[in-house]
Amino acid sequence: MSWFKRVRRGVTTSTKEKKETPEGLWYKCPSCKTIIPVMDHAANKYVCTSCGYHERIGSKEYFEVIFDDNAYTEINEGMHASDPLNFKDTKKYTDRLEDSIAKTGLNDAIATAHGLVDGEPLMIACMDFSFIGGSMGSVVGEKIARAIDFCIANNMPFMIISKSGGARMMEAAFSLMQMAKTSAKLTLLSKAKLPYLSLLTDPTTGGVTASYAMLGDMNIAEPGSLIGFAGPRVVKETIGKDLPKGFQTAEFVLEHGFLDKIVKRTELKAHLAQLLKLFKN
Amino acid sequence: MNYLDFEKPIAELYEQLEAAKKLGEKSKVDVTKTLADIEKKIEATRANIYDNLTPWQRVQVSRHPDRPYTLAYIDAISDGTFMELHGDRTVGDDKAMIGGWGSIDGRTVMFIGQQKGINTKMRQYRNFGMPNPEGYRKALRLMKMAEKFNKPVVTFIDTPGAYPGLEAEERGQGEAIARNLFEMVQLKVPVICIIIGEGASGGALGIAMGDKVMMLENTWYSVISPESCSSILWRSWDFKEQAATALKLTPEDMFKNKLIDGIIPEPLGGAHNNQEEMFKTVKSEIKKQLTKLSAQDPEKRIEKRIDKFCSMGVVVEG
Ligand SMILES: [Zn+2]
Repeated sequence: MSWFKRVRRGVTTSTKEKKETPEGLWYKCPSCKTIIPVMDHAANKYVCTSCGYHERIGSKEYFEVIFDDNAYTEINEGMHASDPLNFKDTKKYTDRLEDSIAKTGLNDAIATAHGLVDGEPLMIACMDFSFIGGSMGSVVGEKIARAIDFCIANNMPFMIISKSGGARMMEAAFSLMQMAKTSAKLTLLSKAKLPYLSLLTDPTTGGVTASYAMLGDMNIAEPGSLIGFAGPRVVKETIGKDLPKGFQTAEFVLEHGFLDKIVKRTELKAHLAQLLKLFKN
Repeated sequence: MNYLDFEKPIAELYEQLEAAKKLGEKSKVDVTKTLADIEKKIEATRANIYDNLTPWQRVQVSRHPDRPYTLAYIDAISDGTFMELHGDRTVGDDKAMIGGWGSIDGRTVMFIGQQKGINTKMRQYRNFGMPNPEGYRKALRLMKMAEKFNKPVVTFIDTPGAYPGLEAEERGQGEAIARNLFEMVQLKVPVICIIIGEGASGGALGIAMGDKVMMLENTWYSVISPESCSSILWRSWDFKEQAATALKLTPEDMFKNKLIDGIIPEPLGGAHNNQEEMFKTVKSEIKKQLTKLSAQDPEKRIEKRIDKFCSMGVVVEG
């Protein structure tokens, strides 16, 4: 047993585990290897205090980072995936779902909740990468659609926090059509003149990038996040060369004109609050 | 003619037919009956093969080298009136995505579609039907122009996917497709989309947000190709047949799952076996749908289109 909490780069510990972390445990930054108490790490919004590395976190942590007093109301919490295609690869989709639910304590790859941000109401749909790679299937699409309905009915701004490898293959064309569905719903939010903020976090790729993640009135990203349509491995295979340094990072995407801003997670809440007030007044 | 592996029995019968013809010419033996018998056998064999295609074979037919591509449909349907337009007005002209004005029996339509090449050289030129972001932006520019002049949009989908290149990423492939989904679903004019070959993922959907989305009988439409699905989920390229079945990518499955609006039958032996008949069927289907859609109030039509896409998906309530 090591005396610090091991966190493999790219894999966050489960939400459950994190919540129950007793004082006295340690976090080791996978980037600069600095070791600090988990409590301090959490207090710094899960950003390394020494190198600024943004740990991948889940919806519960994002809600905690953003909503006033960590108070929020989750909607459609119990919705979970069906298996409309009776899909089986090396494993049955239903088994994969069961395992993921057991492992993560989540029902699918997204949570939708509304609360206050410095007193301003906001609905957030936040993806969970720990649930089948944050893949977008029918539940992700439906929860986003219902969150948008809620925003229109309650005149509330909307934010999606993307963190996804793309569409969920086990729902095949149903997953593909969630790109169509979410984009179609966003036209209604737009018509209602309600702000839509898209926060792209590490990683945001595939069908999520090619639909709601890129459709924000403002597209914001966390520093260093991988953002792209095709994954880096596929691009590398296509061009048959090594990729340039920094390719498909948030900084690269900002430089090419597809983001408005890169915001550190430690400053995220303040930025959102300011933005919401600017939109309102 | 090119023959797919499962079409080999047909190819062999054609060889027999040729041999019998030659024999007749050389030896003055009356081969009339033999020829008729073989021809009958060819049709029966073709019918038998095509009535029992597996999903993977369907995918193979959708990529048949003799299959007509977008420009062939447009040229036939618009009876030579097609005027191709070029460029996205920002970066360049994408050869994998074509579009322009054309007339269907006197009615002006904006045609758009991915274009594959008809030979080795043209396949390169067309980038194998894989558009870059400027292709999607050209498509959107043309759709917006159609909207401005109140002309319907007809798109032909035939792509192995949006191009996953370095420059495509630099120029925002994801944003380009996303923008098309968002704009196309609220276009004020009727939009008809026909999958004529491969409907691979976001690259296909980027021009497929229509009032009527239809698939030709021997095509596929899904989130990923069977080969890539096999490589990711099975971690091997050897499970493409299983993947094709698991993905439920055939027109029948897509229609059953309410993810498309209709299926257009192909001539016996596939679109390539009788191109003229295929063009005629597609033309009459477009005309039929245009008449229906044009009669609807534009606001209602948009509402219906949005509702249709918003109803897609299956979940279990908590
Ligand atoms: Zn660090």
